[in-house]
Amino acid sequence: MNAPTSVPFARRHLLRIEGLSAAEINGLLDLADSYVELNRQVEKKQSVLRGRTQINLFFESSTRTRTSFELAGKRLGADVINMSVEGSSIKKGETMIDTAMTLNAMHPDVLVVRHHDSGAVELLSQKVDSAVINAGDGSHEHPTQALLDALTIRRRRGKLAGLTVAICGDVLHSRVARSNIHLLTTMGIEVRVIAPPTLLPRFIDRLGVGVFYDMKKGLQGCDAIMMLRLQTERMHGAFVPSIREYFRFYGLDKEKLASAKPDALIMHPGPMNRGVEIDTVLADDIDRSVIREQVEMGVAVRMACLQALLVPAPNRAAKVERLRTVLFGP
Amino acid sequence: MNARLLDPATGRDERGDLLVDGYMIADVGARVFPDGVPSTIETIDCRGFCLAPGLIDIRVFTGEPGAEHKETLATASEAAAAGGVTTIVVMPETDPVIDDVALVEFIARRAREAAKVNVYPTAAITKGLKGEGMTEIGLLKLAGAVAITDGSFAVASAQVMRRTLSYASSFDMLVMQNAIEPTLALGGHLNEGEVATRLGLAGIPTEAETIMVERDIRLVELTGARYHVVSISTAAAIDAIRRAKARGLPVTCAAAPYHFALNENAVGNYRTFAKTSPPLRTEEDRLAVVEGLREGTIDIIASSHNPQDQDSKRLPFAQADAGVIGLETLLPVSLELFHNEGMPLLDVLRKLTIAPASLLGLRAGALKPGLPADLVIFDPHQPWIVDAEKFLSKSKNTAFEDRAVKGRAAVTVVAGAIVHRNGL
Repeated sequence: MNAPTSVPFARRHLLRIEGLSAAEINGLLDLADSYVELNRQVEKKQSVLRGRTQINLFFESSTRTRTSFELAGKRLGADVINMSVEGSSIKKGETMIDTAMTLNAMHPDVLVVRHHDSGAVELLSQKVDSAVINAGDGSHEHPTQALLDALTIRRRRGKLAGLTVAICGDVLHSRVARSNIHLLTTMGIEVRVIAPPTLLPRFIDRLGVGVFYDMKKGLQGCDAIMMLRLQTERMHGAFVPSIREYFRFYGLDKEKLASAKPDALIMHPGPMNRGVEIDTVLADDIDRSVIREQVEMGVAVRMACLQALLVPAPNRAAKVERLRTVLFGP
Repeated sequence: MNARLLDPATGRDERGDLLVDGYMIADVGARVFPDGVPSTIETIDCRGFCLAPGLIDIRVFTGEPGAEHKETLATASEAAAAGGVTTIVVMPETDPVIDDVALVEFIARRAREAAKVNVYPTAAITKGLKGEGMTEIGLLKLAGAVAITDGSFAVASAQVMRRTLSYASSFDMLVMQNAIEPTLALGGHLNEGEVATRLGLAGIPTEAETIMVERDIRLVELTGARYHVVSISTAAAIDAIRRAKARGLPVTCAAAPYHFALNENAVGNYRTFAKTSPPLRTEEDRLAVVEGLREGTIDIIASSHNPQDQDSKRLPFAQADAGVIGLETLLPVSLELFHNEGMPLLDVLRKLTIAPASLLGLRAGALKPGLPADLVIFDPHQPWIVDAEKFLSKSKNTAFEDRAVKGRAAVTVVAGAIVHRNGL
């Protein structure tokens, strides 16, 4: 099938969802949608990024996101290099900026960066010449995760506007939550956050979401439920007294799920902690859980993002060509 | 000659002259030279510019000793002179920490050798700023420390603070505290507000300041010690100080220019040059600081000049050090209170001259015959754009880059000697 060759995305980097327009988001989702089918074919290789170099620079460990970006780049024909902190010069005391400058000197076309500090990817993007995709920075944003979540919902429901989505759990430490809040509210979805107050940022309501401490109340009428992982590695001290207490009040089980719409989707960005935020039975419920589908959408969304940033829109390509002709002759 | 004499200590605001003899002010007033200025003396024609006591900045961090690549006493004094600041009080937060008599004497000696302006050392409250063992407060005072403070740290333990206040009171030593309850602020990097929520950064709630100020006020009541909050940033804490003053307690506080000129939005997209301690607060808090200055609850303006180099600032926000430089923007940003907030010029200058001088018992801060001739001549309306590259401070981490400001020191005089001259 023929994928659209370009989308209206005139940005150098993809650092955050906040600030993207509904048109830009729809453009990326449409392009991603076209790649879903392609990814199900036996022959998956495309050539739109042939000759381009993509470096995945991960300062924080990751399995699914890194693999997903690697596959996305390779399927579009790019040369993909993976760099992780383990075994790199970061361990020898090199600063993030120096690492970025070093890689920059090798002329990559796109850097896909994950970092454990909020804002670090943005800082890095200011120091390099290539496009930069934020693959998750601290507790700030994880744009491609929000896009793949939106694609999953849109394909299941046929639309986004007018739906109600609940985001449950450790919102405080979650970059997935922030990106999703910005994306879903931009697309006209009613967003609710459900968590104990200790796991919610103090001014989360200013982002335009409804705040619920009671999961059953919060889930009423929801079309989709996004469960978040309890991020114990980002916590200073105790935010909840115990896992069993957390699961009792904020873990997704059959009883609490009954408050949502009967066909509400169960989502999780992974990695899951079974029995902490989600009951194993529900995570594996093929009728309700779209967790594996989210992973599938991830590759398509990342292909779309890479293409949107690296392949100039036709009118821009034509302009460059005209300029070249003027400067250097036909 | 030809100056607009501004002396907050006496309320003087008149056209006149000032005569310096040696290192001292000899005479001041409208009729210093009733028969004309004798041709035998050197003169500066102020052309109607303001002539005020040199500014006194009671909270300045330098990198000496230990981080001379960020700032030395010499470069800090250059920056001070250029900013119209004639006296700086330096913080003990160095490496090693100034917590010993010999180190206080070292600072005093280095300042005599290298500094263009007056430098007074403070000493640590606790050894190594660790918040535990008390320093030799009496001996440190004899050595020349004008106050004790743990710099950017707060004394967390109520017990240690109680004993410090109690013991310091017998030496009439001023205790200065950066009032942030550290366990509540733990892991925080900016104000706990909407900006922190959006950026995904852990915040420092305003309550961390209020709780510390209120606790310390209770301990002041218990001990009678003189206590000073070095940088107040929240409406609630200002209110607590206001009530303490109304009860007659020996409590004072200062505000940094960035707390009345900026709010948390200055952090924008992780601008580490807007990372301060205490953090930039909300617009409501900023307005409360302005109001606190206007009605007098906030006694003093201090720059909290804190030089940081690129290696400490060109980092993800959470990893970057807090602090901004302020000596060369102290005057113009403070003058915004006069230009924009309707505060009388003398009231603004009071908080930069006689108020800090009185608090620390310094012989400075007034245009009075017999006092050292520490002076600044400036045009409060001279417009300029902040450009850190042109600053004399070794570090360039200003929070006011590209800001259009008014008022700049044309001449700075320390003990009768011109230490800075730009114009006139």
